Amino acid sequence: MTLLRRGEYHAFEGDGAPFLYLVPSAAVYRLDDTSVAVLDEIGDRDLAPNDLANSLGSRFPLAEVRTTIEDLVRVQAIRTVADQPPPVKAEAPRRRIPLTTLVVNVTSKCNLSCTYCYEYGEDKIVEASTKPRFMTEETARKSVDFMFAESGDSPNVNLTFFGGETLLNFKVLKSALAYARTRAAELGKTVSTSLTTNATLLREEVIDWMVENDVGVTVSIDGGKEQQDRFRTFSNGKGSYDLIRPNIEALLKRHHRRPVGARVTLTKQNLDVIGIYRHLAEELGFWEVGFAPVTTSWQRDYAIQDEGFFQMLSQFKVLAAEYLEHALAGKRHRFSNVRDTLEEIHKGMNKAYPCGAGLGLMGVATDGDVALCHRFAGSDSHKLGNVTGGVDHALQDDYLKRHHIANKTDCATCWARPICAGGCYHEANTRYGSTERPNLHYCDWIRSWTNTCLEVYGALAEKKPEFLAQFDS
Amino acid sequence: MRHTKAINQKARRIDALSDQDVVALQTPNGPVAQTGPHIPLGCSFVFSPGWEVDSTGGTAGLCQPVERDLYDCHITCFWPAHVPDLYNHAPDWTGKCAAAAKDWRKIDLIFP
Repeated sequence: MTLLRRGEYHAFEGDGAPFLYLVPSAAVYRLDDTSVAVLDEIGDRDLAPNDLANSLGSRFPLAEVRTTIEDLVRVQAIRTVADQPPPVKAEAPRRRIPLTTLVVNVTSKCNLSCTYCYEYGEDKIVEASTKPRFMTEETARKSVDFMFAESGDSPNVNLTFFGGETLLNFKVLKSALAYARTRAAELGKTVSTSLTTNATLLREEVIDWMVENDVGVTVSIDGGKEQQDRFRTFSNGKGSYDLIRPNIEALLKRHHRRPVGARVTLTKQNLDVIGIYRHLAEELGFWEVGFAPVTTSWQRDYAIQDEGFFQMLSQFKVLAAEYLEHALAGKRHRFSNVRDTLEEIHKGMNKAYPCGAGLGLMGVATDGDVALCHRFAGSDSHKLGNVTGGVDHALQDDYLKRHHIANKTDCATCWARPICAGGCYHEANTRYGSTERPNLHYCDWIRSWTNTCLEVYGALAEKKPEFLAQFDS
Repeated sequence: MRHTKAINQKARRIDALSDQDVVALQTPNGPVAQTGPHIPLGCSFVFSPGWEVDSTGGTAGLCQPVERDLYDCHITCFWPAHVPDLYNHAPDWTGKCAAAAKDWRKIDLIFP
């Protein structure tokens, strides 16, 4: 006898309407009353279709229950007991993924001494003295050649500069971009550029160059003076806020060609998310503001512990509600964490890997070694090749095999895995000593945040579906 | 009839796939214009009772032509749809068919 069982999904509401987030397809469906009743009736039991129809017979016509079951089976919200999904296999991508983003660490040197820095702080994985502090012009050019060579038939590539403090090697990144533009024109491709900076070196000529070259800029900043000066200090302990504020104002005043974003590192001592948002978005006028908890091992003084995660989350929720209000009113909100997740939900992303590191994105160290991403650039144990010899595909395939979501058994029953896929490799490496481990310390937080974003998504689908069309491309 | 409404891109793709109707027995220029790829539902090897076309588009040479198609075989059912009700209606349907590969011609027609 055929028995029906609930499929894998997460039910949520948007503006009071019932929705399903289906796993693993990552499809989002809105339900009608009959489907809600059918799913409620099945609950966690195995039920025969006839029993199901009979128990709902007093509320719904039998034929309607039957077509509802068929429909829910079709989208795999219900499955027959005999037809359970096979376990996921750790399969490498069926074709080589072209490199579309190359993050070039033009220097490992920095003029700030931020306490929590993953590159220089207590959790560093690369011994800075073993590598050149600055990338040479020649290595930068080779990095550009490497990027185009590995980009396959992809017509667009992104060249991102990173550090250290990126602008300490302004001369090299400037010439690298000019070279990349020339090569792109010869190859019939386009190259877009962005960089991250701590804003200490935003001189007029640098801003001119950014404007002229359509450079996307992200500023690492922790908030207002009090927050910024707590951890983002010079080596003598002096805070950096007073120096960077006029620089940022000059940048925001003149650079309108690409959105200028702020990227905030949250720590146990710095969790006033809403206050920081108000300062950076509304007072300084950053185009968007994104937040991320500090990457660190748990025993550090600034590591965010459980209660801190929920303090952060409750404020994220306030900003998410604000984002929704703004979207419904046709206004732009600057909290980028919501926007990014909405886009992933809309596209129905179902990730075998948490991010593009080692796939479409790689990081280059100052000596030309290529690693998973900029955070691992220079680490020999996370190396995937170098800019002269290209990607070592045997190393890359091995990496992809080891890091597939199928190997993260802890994630196998989590409904948020299509979006999270175990989380940041660098976070896992810092926390647990291995990139292969899922980041179990923030599972509850990720699920709660994903649910919040699903609720915003559902509410938009109900009240202003045209807003979601911006994510269609 | 649908009781779920596709909201995101992935759901729309799933709907687009399952909206494709069965076209195995239709001629390409038949009354229903075929827009998507040809995805015949039904058995795909010759010893499966059910309907299917052979490589020339004919059905006569197959073990179970269309006449044996007792119940709808679209979406809701696959394998069970292509055989009669062996418990109540036709318990002896395969009685003369000891070895399917040899005796398949002995499987008789069933009319509900």
